[in-house]
Amino acid sequence: MTTPKPPVQAEVLRIAALARLVLSDAEAEAMTPELAEILAHVAKLEEVDVTGVEATAHAVGFATPLRDDVSRPGLDLERALANAPERIGDGFGVPKILE
Amino acid sequence: MTALCDLSLTALSRALARGEHESSAATEACLARAADTKGLGAYLLIDAEGARRQAAAADLRCRAGQRLGPLDGVPLALKDIFLTAGLKTTCGSRILEDFVAPYDATVVRRLKDAGAVVLGKLSMDEFAMGSSNEHCAFGPAKNPWDPTRVPGGSSGGSAVAVASGSAFAALGTDTGGSIRQPAALCGVVGLKPTYGRVSRYGVIAFASSLDQVGPITKDVSDCALLLETIAGHDPKDSTSAPVLAASATEGLEAGVKGLKLGVPKEYFVAGIDPEVRTAVERAIATYAGLGADIVEVSLPHTEYAIATYYLIATAEASSNLARYDGVRFGLRRDPGRGVRDMYLQTRARGFGPEVKRRIVLGTYVLSAGYYEAYYDRAQKVRTLIRRDFAAAFAKADLLVTPTSPTPAFRLGARLADPLQMYLADIFTVGCNLAGIPGLSLPCGFANDGMPIGLQLLGPAWSEATLTRAGRAYEREHDWSRRRPPLARP
Repeated sequence: MTTPKPPVQAEVLRIAALARLVLSDAEAEAMTPELAEILAHVAKLEEVDVTGVEATAHAVGFATPLRDDVSRPGLDLERALANAPERIGDGFGVPKILE
Repeated sequence: MTALCDLSLTALSRALARGEHESSAATEACLARAADTKGLGAYLLIDAEGARRQAAAADLRCRAGQRLGPLDGVPLALKDIFLTAGLKTTCGSRILEDFVAPYDATVVRRLKDAGAVVLGKLSMDEFAMGSSNEHCAFGPAKNPWDPTRVPGGSSGGSAVAVASGSAFAALGTDTGGSIRQPAALCGVVGLKPTYGRVSRYGVIAFASSLDQVGPITKDVSDCALLLETIAGHDPKDSTSAPVLAASATEGLEAGVKGLKLGVPKEYFVAGIDPEVRTAVERAIATYAGLGADIVEVSLPHTEYAIATYYLIATAEASSNLARYDGVRFGLRRDPGRGVRDMYLQTRARGFGPEVKRRIVLGTYVLSAGYYEAYYDRAQKVRTLIRRDFAAAFAKADLLVTPTSPTPAFRLGARLADPLQMYLADIFTVGCNLAGIPGLSLPCGFANDGMPIGLQLLGPAWSEATLTRAGRAYEREHDWSRRRPPLARP
């Protein structure tokens, strides 16, 4: 398969929104050609024949280790909430979720 | 006369054991040096009070004959990516500017349990994304050999602190060269251990299949000593390997006679600075003179390493950085228009330009329609890169290469061109993709006085062979003992 065309500015903004990032016009304008240049370099990988090659997710392959299912102490409530931008009682406060 | 903070870690440790020096004096010497070299921007936070308290406790133990081991009383510093209980841990980012770590990373715990004095937290590229330390949200760190140049990155502050004597050693992290490249550019030693050798519990994640913790030190002996303290299985990190690897401190002086050193021909091509090439070729000749067998090897997929690396690293980063959402910790910007807008505004305000660029790139290559062309293909080429290294290690015990294609470049020189900045990682990213260990050590200086780094690569779990070979070279030259002019008393 061939590498897709690099994204235009509107697409960069759409992708950023998927990542929950809002970019200013200046940021999007600067980023669009930078991404195009990087993706043009990355297109080199098209030259490589990867037929029948398995993917590597981790280089040193260990099976996910299992431990006994016993409860043990974790981070206590006060320390877990100490960095919260907003605390409500014993929980994290968040802005309105449903309009 | 040499200032106390210009001793190596090993020399200080021996002096502490013999009662010739006290940890408190060594700690004061580092704090004074940090103040004298403040302009280099190595430290983001200095915990003078905590360091003095830990040093006094170490001195008490030493006087009572209860020294805990070789690191007891040795002042060290940490890249600001390691969680340190009760201290700010920013990862070089505005989004974590006021984040106080609720617990210690396992490596920090191990250093404290060994009696080491923690001086403070060191500058870094934001979320470890960068090769120059210029992407730190709190300003760049500067190269102690020439403050108009970059120290390398992302563990730039760590290399600067060690090179300029404001810490006896430091811990860094290496995702694509972030320990080895700044070590090379600042004239110190840096080791990226085998994936899984050192615990990452409490280390802020960038790219989880690549990140690894390692030491930055003044010489190879110091590196072996620090590795021994931080390495080993940690049940709190599911990627930590239950493997008992050979000790890096035993056999350190055994030399390289009969060791097969491979020279990958693809690493000596156009684009490499002629002075770097000459210095590395001289180092190879030194090894031959010490009785090592030099053999040519091939890593045919080298030219695809940068593309593979930046696809995988940004994809993993875009996922890891989803956690910075203004809910449980870190910055929140909430204009009062609901939760989605809070996410958008928080992340727009909290992340710097390089982090945004990588999040967008990573999100793009993982998104529907592009996954196969980019991410899946990169993971397959990663397999071919691993096979290249496996084939090379069938012919050679270790590989010898440059660490960076050029010495330290000027501040600002590559900021406008992200791809050029990425391409400079060509000799270091393969090591992370293959999960193998790599050591960088000084092998000379360019005519303009900037240090040059030599890289040794080995198969998984070969750290002991790497440090033995590094030490054999180090005994032949005084490169590691040279200190930048600012650090002279």
